[in-house]
Amino acid sequence: MIAELGLAMLWLASALALLQLVAGALALTKRGRELAGIVRPAAVIQGVLSAGSFLALIALFLRTDLSVKLVATNSHSLKPFIFKLAGTWGNHEGSMLLWVTVMAMAGGFIALFERRLRDDTMLATLAGQAFVSLGFYAFLLLSSNPFERLAVPPPEGNGLNPLLQDIGLAFHPPTLYLGYVGLSIAFSFAIGALVTRDVGPAFARAMRPWVLGAWIFLSLGITAGSYWAYYELGWGGWWFWDPVENASLMPWLAATALLHSSTVLAARNALRAWTVMLGVVAFSMSMIGTFLVRSGILTSVHAFAVDPERGSFILALLAIYIGGALALFATRAATITEGARFAVTSREAALVVNNVMLSAILGIVLLGTLYPLLTEAFGEKVSVGPPYFNPIGAIFFVPMLIVMAIGPMLRWRDDRAGRISGKLALPALAAALTALGLVSFAPTIKPLPFLGMALAAGLAVASVLPLVGRDLRRTPLPVYGMVVAHLGIAVALFGVGSDSAFSIEKLVASRAGESHKVGPWQVTLRSIEPVAGPNWTALEATLAATYDGGRLSLLRTQSRNFTTPPQLTNESALHTRWNGQLYVVLGEEADDGRWQLRLWWKPFVPMIWYGGLLVGLGGLLALIGRVARDMKRSRAEDKIAYRRARQGR
Amino acid sequence: MSAIKPKHQRLVLLTIALVALIGAGLLAAWALRNQAAYFYVPADIVADPPEAGRAVRLGGMVEKGSIKTAPDGVTIDFVVEDGKARVPVRFRGITPDLFIEGSGVVAEGRMEPGGRFVADNLLAKHDENYVPREMAEMTKAQATATVAETR
Repeated sequence: MIAELGLAMLWLASALALLQLVAGALALTKRGRELAGIVRPAAVIQGVLSAGSFLALIALFLRTDLSVKLVATNSHSLKPFIFKLAGTWGNHEGSMLLWVTVMAMAGGFIALFERRLRDDTMLATLAGQAFVSLGFYAFLLLSSNPFERLAVPPPEGNGLNPLLQDIGLAFHPPTLYLGYVGLSIAFSFAIGALVTRDVGPAFARAMRPWVLGAWIFLSLGITAGSYWAYYELGWGGWWFWDPVENASLMPWLAATALLHSSTVLAARNALRAWTVMLGVVAFSMSMIGTFLVRSGILTSVHAFAVDPERGSFILALLAIYIGGALALFATRAATITEGARFAVTSREAALVVNNVMLSAILGIVLLGTLYPLLTEAFGEKVSVGPPYFNPIGAIFFVPMLIVMAIGPMLRWRDDRAGRISGKLALPALAAALTALGLVSFAPTIKPLPFLGMALAAGLAVASVLPLVGRDLRRTPLPVYGMVVAHLGIAVALFGVGSDSAFSIEKLVASRAGESHKVGPWQVTLRSIEPVAGPNWTALEATLAATYDGGRLSLLRTQSRNFTTPPQLTNESALHTRWNGQLYVVLGEEADDGRWQLRLWWKPFVPMIWYGGLLVGLGGLLALIGRVARDMKRSRAEDKIAYRRARQGR
Repeated sequence: MSAIKPKHQRLVLLTIALVALIGAGLLAAWALRNQAAYFYVPADIVADPPEAGRAVRLGGMVEKGSIKTAPDGVTIDFVVEDGKARVPVRFRGITPDLFIEGSGVVAEGRMEPGGRFVADNLLAKHDENYVPREMAEMTKAQATATVAETR
């Protein structure tokens, strides 16, 4: 009954999306103007219905209703509660339902609260949003129905991929999806503004909170995914340039560029065509990411089901939306009048450099990700990894970091280089001192980590300088947000540099009682014993570690054997200190009774994820600041309107 | 600092952006040709070996009875074969869970001057759903080859 209810709500929601599109489009014409009144309510009800549909699916998973095909193939009655819940979106159909739900709810939200846009732009935006949603409703209902029933329910479900049975991962997909879908809203705004030729500061201000929100979720999602790969895969790395990772990085790069260019548009009414273009590109990257990950073109834990029909469906959606938006842009670009002008030394110019560099990096990542697919079409199999991405990306990343340090201190419109050169001495000094320290204490350091750590030190100092000499209590929250986010990039970069320069790895075969030295650590294997969990059994190694002869800490690492579905995973053991992490993985037993152990000492590696969290926090501060100011302003406007109405009476 | 001549500002910005993006594209294309790791099967390696030290991937079957662990307990030597040729491989590290004799493997690494392949990383089947892209096809091709041979 619940499944049928969920399906019915999904069909109704898609019908409302169709209504929203048709009414919205007709309301833009002279004759259909009366239809304008139903567009907003349609968007709100559509949001409520799809949310109901998603709740129905959650209910089915929590009850482990095995008569539903999706539950039977992805869940298991013995799974812990949290993974039953996460199982709802830990599969293709459920995750697509989550996608449309978030999209529809965001549309409903705009319909309820967005008041800044011109009425016709608002209608065009909601119609555009419905147009995008419709494609995904069709995809769900026609080729990936999550509520499909089985004629004969099996006695027990198949379970969830053990690699995904992890608390961090339970919330990784929804986080990324919120980011992807937030960009779909930016896309709808761009379409709306293009249709009504209304590209201006109001459009940028309406779009910005959505871009900010999407960007926060993408930043956090990428950080969480990277940490998951780090401790769950047991390879000691935190970023592999895997196509699946790139699929989340590309929308982030585009969103970062869009965030900065929309700030220029909102504050200075410049970079108009460019911002609209980025709005289109950012969501295109989300769709390309989804296509790469879900089509089965790439094999990974993310490719839930390899089904050519679905791949072609997503590809068709991709072609329609990206192609259509680009065509619209091409026909309207000439009508977007040029924005306000600015000088070569100005905040705008620095943000232009930032945007160009981010776009270049985006292009490099995109080419590197698609290249293996292209060559395979010609019969040559290649893979592209760090030797390509790291140096080529750095060529554009390094100038971007330098501009990132300088830009926030420049004034809008026009500035003199002489005014800020004194302020720049401090970050330059920090970078130089770090460089000097590295050269004297680690003369064999490689160029990229060296450059990264020196620049990180300079950027860290430069990022807090915009606060110097300001009245801190009167400084707007978005400024704090920028400072914190830029600082986060510096912190993460320092961790990246330190990890690649100073990590120490040791691979040993060890008997119980034997002791091994890894950097400053002395690690002793104490015992190996079998243990059991709710749906797995494991061998657990207990190790005792001392740092520099100090206090003893115990670490436990497991080699887990899952029963449903049968699979082995390595659970790494981590011990975190302020200055780094000790990382241990248990391998196999050799013939002579010794156990393989892989030990790492990774100085300052957690800074990578602390940095990522700071970036997200910075975004959150900016978002709170913007939303609070918008609310204040709209309340003030309401008051004025009310007073005028009373006086008029 | 003086502003750019107003009339040309849009043109100048557009040119800068285009030059940077095209530059990035050309640079990427050049780097991809040089840095992409090509995929080899043992027959390719024997027929036309890649230069020593260049990052490549080697895919094939782990030959039955070929896995040997060195006395240090963590270095293993084995042979990858594809029915036509054999390539000796050395790997130091923890092998993936489904790395077993007679099963498929993709080794990432480089050829040594002596004709041995040194692997930095081994990819084996994770589970039924996660097979390295090259291997999925390779095993199919090999299955058909085996069927043809036994006939």
